[in-house]
Amino acid sequence: MRLTPPVAVPMDVPPYGLSGTVYGALLNHRSALEALGEAVNRAPYLGAPRAPVLYIKPHNTLAASGDPVSVPPEVPELEIGANLGLVLGRAASRVAERDAFGYVAGYLIVNDVSVPHASCYRPAIRSKARDGFCPLGPRVVPRSAVADPDAVSIRIYVDGVLRQTASTAQLLRPAARLLAEVSDFMTLAPGDVLALGAAAPAPRVRAGQLVRIEIDPIGRLENRFVGGSA
Amino acid sequence: MRLARVAYAGAIHAAQPEQRPDGRPGLRLSDGRTVAEDEVVWLPPVEAGTIVALGLKYAARARELAFGATEEPLVFLKGPGTLIGHRGCTRRPADASFMHYECELAVIIGRTARAVSRAAALQHVAGYSIANDYAVRDYLENWYRPNLRAKNRDGATALGPWLVEAADIGDPGNLGLRTFVNGKLTQQGNTRDMITDIPTLIEYLSSFMTLSAGDLILTGTPEGVTNVAVGDEVVCEIDGLGSLRNTIVADSAFG
Repeated sequence: MRLTPPVAVPMDVPPYGLSGTVYGALLNHRSALEALGEAVNRAPYLGAPRAPVLYIKPHNTLAASGDPVSVPPEVPELEIGANLGLVLGRAASRVAERDAFGYVAGYLIVNDVSVPHASCYRPAIRSKARDGFCPLGPRVVPRSAVADPDAVSIRIYVDGVLRQTASTAQLLRPAARLLAEVSDFMTLAPGDVLALGAAAPAPRVRAGQLVRIEIDPIGRLENRFVGGSA
Repeated sequence: MRLARVAYAGAIHAAQPEQRPDGRPGLRLSDGRTVAEDEVVWLPPVEAGTIVALGLKYAARARELAFGATEEPLVFLKGPGTLIGHRGCTRRPADASFMHYECELAVIIGRTARAVSRAAALQHVAGYSIANDYAVRDYLENWYRPNLRAKNRDGATALGPWLVEAADIGDPGNLGLRTFVNGKLTQQGNTRDMITDIPTLIEYLSSFMTLSAGDLILTGTPEGVTNVAVGDEVVCEIDGLGSLRNTIVADSAFG
């Protein structure tokens, strides 16, 4: 094989204009940390997280609204992590909390799909980084479309039944503070996405079910979960 | 073939190492110009897609950290902003008490790999490079450990100096690795001591995630990591791949 550098990696994933890198904050919704209870103080954690607990959804996970999500044959159910996602408009490096929204171009819905896993000790790559495990969209709305990103309601419907209602008002680190703390050690690039945190308990779904996440100023992200890998 | 990516005279070029007429090491740019290796800015040899990194991949290092060999490979992901090229500078935060290099064999995927077998795995490899995957241990936490604040800092993963095509590397499972800090040998190992060999890693990863051209796998580091200080010059070498140089700089360089 003859390789001509630079190796081009397709980044124009739907919805158009994203860099292809999605970062997310685990345990940033109050309910998610509370769900762990006293376990946060025991081994292996030995205390609540100090810095944001981040994960990466790599480009193989990205999917658009309407794409089917494959449930691996060896697991009965998957977890739905409904997030408000920031889309960066400018490179954000060591930004101050008060300036943070100036780096945000817009918002979208991020569904952080996971194979259920009890432990948060090791990075959950095999649980979170499977193909198609990060539906995003249905579009990027401009920053002006969301009046107060710290009071956004997020609803999950499974087969039309409301299964979870959450609000960004319950984030331990609200959007601006999270962006400030993350950008303190890693620069977020234009088109990068930062998912702000999902509530617990995460609804679980089986193959055959239709998941719809609604965030009013953005729209509906809808994906059917299907059996097997195509 | 060794393929570098460099910035020179206002543009980004593909380049190949070539000895200059005066005997000094140089680079031939894709437009035919030949330049000295210190006249260019070295970029990471690939614009990376997904960066997969392995922890505790060498038997002796896993013993150092009391990690059981029977457990699933410890895999974590890194973002593209952490990469820098050969002769780059990596920032050491002033409040860090223990920041260390990690010399690692980097595998560069050349062809989509999905559910590939161990036997076919190396057909999906474009080539290899050297990675120096710094960690700031002060920031390690027991949540998704190793967490991004410890392992995914801007400019804290040096990659280079070039990609060496897979055909030029006989057996990636038998390459010596060495790290020198200010010229003194501090880390030494061989990829044959990896707990999980490269074909098995590709089989494992591609069993649950599709790897694409440009994706990187950083395969972990042997024992012998030591603290580095501002001003240190850290050189990572791997047999057949060359040597990757990096300098540690202070916060003050970043304003």
